[in-house]
Amino acid sequence: MTERSEARGYLLLLLPAILVLLALFVYPLLGIADRSVYKPRVGYTLDYYAQIWRVPVYLTVIWGTFQISALVTLFSLALGYPLAYLLATLRPRVAQLLMIVVILPFFTSIIVRTYAWMVLLGSNGVVNQYLMWLGLAEAPLKLLYNKGGVMIGMTYVLLPYMVLTVYSVMRGIDPAFIRAAHSLGASRWQAFRKVFLPLSLPGIAGGTLLVFILSLGFFITPALMGGPSDVMIAMLIEREVEYTLNWSFASALAVILLMLTLIGFVGYNRIVRLDRVFEARG
Amino acid sequence: MGDEGQRTGPGRVAVAVLAALVLVFLIAPVVIILIVSFSAADYLRFPPPSLSLRWYQRFFGVAAWRQAIWVSTQVAVLTMVFATVFGFLASLALVRGRFRGKGAIYAFLLSPLIVPTIITAIGLYFFFVRLKATGSILAMALGHTVLALPVVVIIMAATLQGFDVRFEQAALSLGASRLTALRRVTLPLIMPGVLSAALFAFLTSFDELLIPLFLAGAEVQTLTVRVWNSLLLEVDPTIAAVSSFLIGVTTAVLGASALLRGRGDVSGT
Repeated sequence: MTERSEARGYLLLLLPAILVLLALFVYPLLGIADRSVYKPRVGYTLDYYAQIWRVPVYLTVIWGTFQISALVTLFSLALGYPLAYLLATLRPRVAQLLMIVVILPFFTSIIVRTYAWMVLLGSNGVVNQYLMWLGLAEAPLKLLYNKGGVMIGMTYVLLPYMVLTVYSVMRGIDPAFIRAAHSLGASRWQAFRKVFLPLSLPGIAGGTLLVFILSLGFFITPALMGGPSDVMIAMLIEREVEYTLNWSFASALAVILLMLTLIGFVGYNRIVRLDRVFEARG
Repeated sequence: MGDEGQRTGPGRVAVAVLAALVLVFLIAPVVIILIVSFSAADYLRFPPPSLSLRWYQRFFGVAAWRQAIWVSTQVAVLTMVFATVFGFLASLALVRGRFRGKGAIYAFLLSPLIVPTIITAIGLYFFFVRLKATGSILAMALGHTVLALPVVVIIMAATLQGFDVRFEQAALSLGASRLTALRRVTLPLIMPGVLSAALFAFLTSFDELLIPLFLAGAEVQTLTVRVWNSLLLEVDPTIAAVSSFLIGVTTAVLGASALLRGRGDVSGT
């Protein structure tokens, strides 16, 4: 076979997958983009975008989505970094075993994980039962259907992404660097602070970006665990499609969300490769 | 990593304790749901005062729930077939082929992982509404194929990269045709990877809510859509049994793929 016909053969193998994505992914996305700038009987217009800009409620939702996403990212990093560090510095066999604890929730349905926290945080929920039993609360605390509930649920769902991203970078750090630091008289803390931490920065940056962009598009957890005022962009889109039936406006919101996500992803892709993270499954 | 002499400094202990707490945070909700699903009480107290199978009877005893399991299974099996076949062929080309734009095609095949699912879902909804095809198993499976394809490509590409092509070259040099070599030598050797990819494609569909939320009809609802509709009304303990069932499916897939991986060393070393 000549090189050319071989290349053509490989492209043939790619064709079914590419056609599926073109028809069922790219084309529908272009449909959304088109709908967001087209008004029947008027023609092409930016009215729907102007509407988002004009009506304060929508900007409030976008701003609120940013705030929730930033906090969830911060919590995920605070919880995820120490765990990834421990896993990366344990013997591989032990680390693999503990990794199951990260992997099992990671592959459990988001709606199941959200339900679990609704059971835990509800007013008759497990957490309140224990708080009252311990005498820490006299009446059930309101832990669900507010921003705190959303934050706990989203951090729980996204934490494995942070751990896996940071871990995949930490695993690649050569232990010889740390030994060298020690042999040059660095204390444990100095070796961590001056050598390990800087080398793990790509993991921090990658994990932070990934969790942040995934948060921006979150729907299930905030819809079930949030109160009436904790609306995120994705929930607004769903409402416009299902109840208000304003598909064009929903499309404009979707385009904005998609743009924000893609900007974040371009940054992420420069730092960590997505497939490496999924391969770290353990 | 740290050298043996200094393994247990106060810093190390603090990190270990913090990490252990995070591990508890990750696993506790799953374990608690599994336990309370066997509760005999009317609402979900932990630990349950006594055990029973009443919520499982409510789950498996109601025709609508059984119907939902059946719908989810059909959608997931179709998704698995589509995604595994298309994903396998594409990975073969991406790992073996030498052509321009390979990196871009790989990134394109993975892109559905990054686009928020709500956007993919409404895009498909607008698309299938126009074709008057909402409420069909096939539409939901096609939608899920978009999400499962990247999962298959990642797993298959990793498997194929680990495959020692010399096995295949040996078959070719002994006179096998390319197709025969692929079918009789390569495919049996990478079968664990293919099966593992198929299982994850199945799971991706079985667990997913948003695409069936928009594409399901009043009659044809997946398990996740029924859970969603039920949770919008109240925190019904039956859902603990449904959740445990879904956790069981996830555990089975993870366990099977771990076994397959143990068997699937194809590096030839």
